[in-house]
Amino acid sequence: MSVFANSADSFVWWSWVDGHWTEIGDRTVEHIVLTVIAVSVGFVVSSILALISVRYRWTYTPITAIGSILYTIPSLALFGLLVPITGLGMLTAEIALVSYTILILVRTIVTGLDGVPHEVREAADAMGYTHRARLLLVDLPLALPTIVSGLRIATVTVIGLVTVTALIGNGGYGALIDDGLSRSFSTPIVVGTVLSVALAVVVDVAFALVGRALTPWQRHATNRAVAS
Amino acid sequence: MSLLADAWDFVTQSGTWTGDRGILARARAHVWISIVASSIAALIALPSAVVLAHRRIAPIVSVAIVNIARAIPSFALIALVFPVSLQFGFGLGFWPTCIALIALGIPPMFANTYAGIAGTPSAVVEAARGLGMRDSEVLRRVELPTALPLLMNGVRISVVQIVATATLGAIVGYECLGSFIVAGLARGQSGQPAVLTGAVLVALLAFAIDGLLAGTTTRLTPWTRRRRT
Repeated sequence: MSVFANSADSFVWWSWVDGHWTEIGDRTVEHIVLTVIAVSVGFVVSSILALISVRYRWTYTPITAIGSILYTIPSLALFGLLVPITGLGMLTAEIALVSYTILILVRTIVTGLDGVPHEVREAADAMGYTHRARLLLVDLPLALPTIVSGLRIATVTVIGLVTVTALIGNGGYGALIDDGLSRSFSTPIVVGTVLSVALAVVVDVAFALVGRALTPWQRHATNRAVAS
Repeated sequence: MSLLADAWDFVTQSGTWTGDRGILARARAHVWISIVASSIAALIALPSAVVLAHRRIAPIVSVAIVNIARAIPSFALIALVFPVSLQFGFGLGFWPTCIALIALGIPPMFANTYAGIAGTPSAVVEAARGLGMRDSEVLRRVELPTALPLLMNGVRISVVQIVATATLGAIVGYECLGSFIVAGLARGQSGQPAVLTGAVLVALLAFAIDGLLAGTTTRLTPWTRRRRT
């Protein structure tokens, strides 16, 4: 027996799905746009912060401390703090989403740059690389696997958090979930959840593949290690 | 800043604090559901992780669990449990929220505990066996202390996440600190003092719990402090 009159004994009402492909498509685009903006802005901000904290070591602790304060504030509370200032809408959602990426990204970028072997840096310096050239041509490629893994975690986290932004009038798939909740109709809830998880998994796998493609020397190294 | 003044008026009204929908009752409910969910999650996650990791069973599963768990949005989890809970007669509020929180709390505790125990250097484990320790002694006196910092880290992540997500329980009718935010957002402009008050309280609670657990961790693992220099 179902308590949902319109769901006719079924958890997922396929005819609803069939009649809402345009809405599902729109929500997908919204979800992706919100995620891409948040991760891109978060990456730019975090790169700057990471470079500052690599150059001036003492700034690393305060930067990550602020990052972890932002990360600890529950998403709904952060929206609540921002809504009176920036209103309901995309700006509020993006500020909150970006602030959640900072801790993850700054940490992984700094860890990646720190992992560059000292001898490699000295060799680059001895070959006459300028500071900027060494950063771009030597440090960055070597730090790439760690940075990509950070981007992976940040993006998957953001995809999940985007659903909560439905509560302040955004939300992508979260809007489907919110719609289902407000009508006690389980189909959109299930559809929104499944698609959000699917998007996260697709992005996760995509990042893994991009990471592999960008660092071919790693694969050669393991192949050689296996061969020997 | 008239909003801050309004929020201050809201907070200083005696009616805001007392009664069924007051700050005190809602804060108590928020803490209560967090304790229940964290305890049940710990009872499920910690023993199973300890046993599996001690026998070094299914290392890939422990990594996969965290990745999958990260992909499931907490909001979606609460939303999904809600209709199921109604269907099986658990009703609104406490149980749908609690079940979602338990599900949310298990992965970080499980994965960190697993990693901690399975990460005990095999040389150390062999040395312990060589000293004549029985299997249970290896676990109790070698692996568990080695895993403790990571285990506590997992507990901390889980509990903070549970406290944070309990806020969302307000959406499925659980009266907690999140109710100020959800009800306030629904009222638009006039609800903003309540939204701000709820947001500050929830954030403060999350910080307090995080700090408390961080303090407990350092007290339980005094040896990790020396290493940091």
